[in-house]
Amino acid sequence: MLDADFFRRWMTATAALVDREAERLTALDSPIGDADHGSNLQRGFTAVTAALEKEAPDTPGAVLILAGRQLISTVGGASGPLYGTLLRRTGKALADAAEVSPEQLAEALRTGVDAVRTLGGAAPGDKTMIDALVPAVDALGESFAAARDAADEGARATTPMQARKGRASYLGERSIGHQDPGATSSALVMTALAEAAGE
Amino acid sequence: MRMLINVPETVVADALRGMAAAHPELAVDVENRVIVRRDAPVAGKVALVSGGGSGHEPLHGGFVGPGMLSAACPGEVFTSPVPDQMVRAAAAVDSGAGVLFVVKNYTGDVLNFDMAAELAEDEGIQVAKVLVNDDVAVTDSLYTAGRRGTGATLFVEKIAGAAAEEGRPLERVEAIARQVVESSRSFGVALSACTTPAKGSPTFDLPAGELELGIGIHGEPGRERRPMMTSGEIAEAAVDAILTDLSPRNPVLVLVNGMGATPLLELYGFNAEVQRVLGERGVAVARTLVGNYVTSLDMAGASVTLCQIDEELLGLWDAPVKTPGLRWGM
Repeated sequence: MLDADFFRRWMTATAALVDREAERLTALDSPIGDADHGSNLQRGFTAVTAALEKEAPDTPGAVLILAGRQLISTVGGASGPLYGTLLRRTGKALADAAEVSPEQLAEALRTGVDAVRTLGGAAPGDKTMIDALVPAVDALGESFAAARDAADEGARATTPMQARKGRASYLGERSIGHQDPGATSSALVMTALAEAAGE
Repeated sequence: MRMLINVPETVVADALRGMAAAHPELAVDVENRVIVRRDAPVAGKVALVSGGGSGHEPLHGGFVGPGMLSAACPGEVFTSPVPDQMVRAAAAVDSGAGVLFVVKNYTGDVLNFDMAAELAEDEGIQVAKVLVNDDVAVTDSLYTAGRRGTGATLFVEKIAGAAAEEGRPLERVEAIARQVVESSRSFGVALSACTTPAKGSPTFDLPAGELELGIGIHGEPGRERRPMMTSGEIAEAAVDAILTDLSPRNPVLVLVNGMGATPLLELYGFNAEVQRVLGERGVAVARTLVGNYVTSLDMAGASVTLCQIDEELLGLWDAPVKTPGLRWGM
């Protein structure tokens, strides 16, 4: 079973990965965006770890709701509301259970991903974070490692796509040939989840 | 790239501190990133709140003052502000007559302002929103995030701001703002990319002797790259791109806007060409504004915005305005 401590580890592992990969995320965001994805997420997840230390939420749902609220309040851009909604809605779906099973997490995460799809209006194949998150959630029933690998593969698969949502969509065909920064950061979130699970 | 900054992390806060020092007529909350007219809330009048990523100055903070915006929320460079800022701004300026959010059509701005509108309404503030989407370079709205908001934002903020200042009700101010959006189109060109403080190097490579047509205002590349053109040729490309989408029967407002690093000498020369092309295409010009108003950091280049106006809009355009970035009649 997964307790609040597991979810805190997930969030701190995400923060560490985002720190480490911030320059790469920003570099991916240069040719098809506006060169700030890494620094924006870094600011957000720094605020998340600070808030988790300060407020010490004691259920899995409370950890994710607090993290999501911090992202909405500190990141801005599209990624603030989208990642904030992903975590908040996943957290709300977990309600106030003290511990949840991996299956319950997979189910809640699907609710979160659906909320992101509704909010941003993106479908698979639009070259967005959805392209990493959807296959990851599908693979989560198998294992955390499988979800991580599926997200990685999904992010890499955005390279030949033409963007239909977000700032990259303004480029039309010129968005082809670049890996999507949002799908890449979503893969980091899933990598952090596997790390928290020790996989 | 050499920049006149301390460290990239504090550029927005540093600029706000400097703005506060230069403009005592504005209340600048550096910590919470909200710029407010000092006399707000103004009794009985609708308030206008806008905001967006920093890097487009004087938009939006430089347009706060009587006759234009009541408050502005600056985000990080090229990053939409967060809902907390917008709710704080709305609460500071609402007199009870309601608040109009002026939102440029970018995914981030739309999502954050939507969340803010919900939160503000929870606090009992009546909120209306207008989405600015004037950039004709984005042609296929079905397969993109839709046309971008660029130069027309200035027209919306000025004209709707004047309507609010006259004491018109929220639904009327909103309708006027929408009319300006529907009547405005823009097209921009870049002669160089821009450099964000966080990245420190140009956002895209533009080889010598080439230019980008159809750019946005965030250092994102345009739709097409061509060998360098003359000012006259660029004016023809820009005006003709706009006129494929807008057929003005009335006179137009013209904004010849610098992207940040193009000297006024070049902008006025460019305006001469824009006016020539408009004349040749049979478009009458009512008023013209030339300068750096909706910028993209240190990008070189310019955009053209046309807004078809009637007598009412022209009167509102000519009405007095007193802001750091735009001032006449008072």
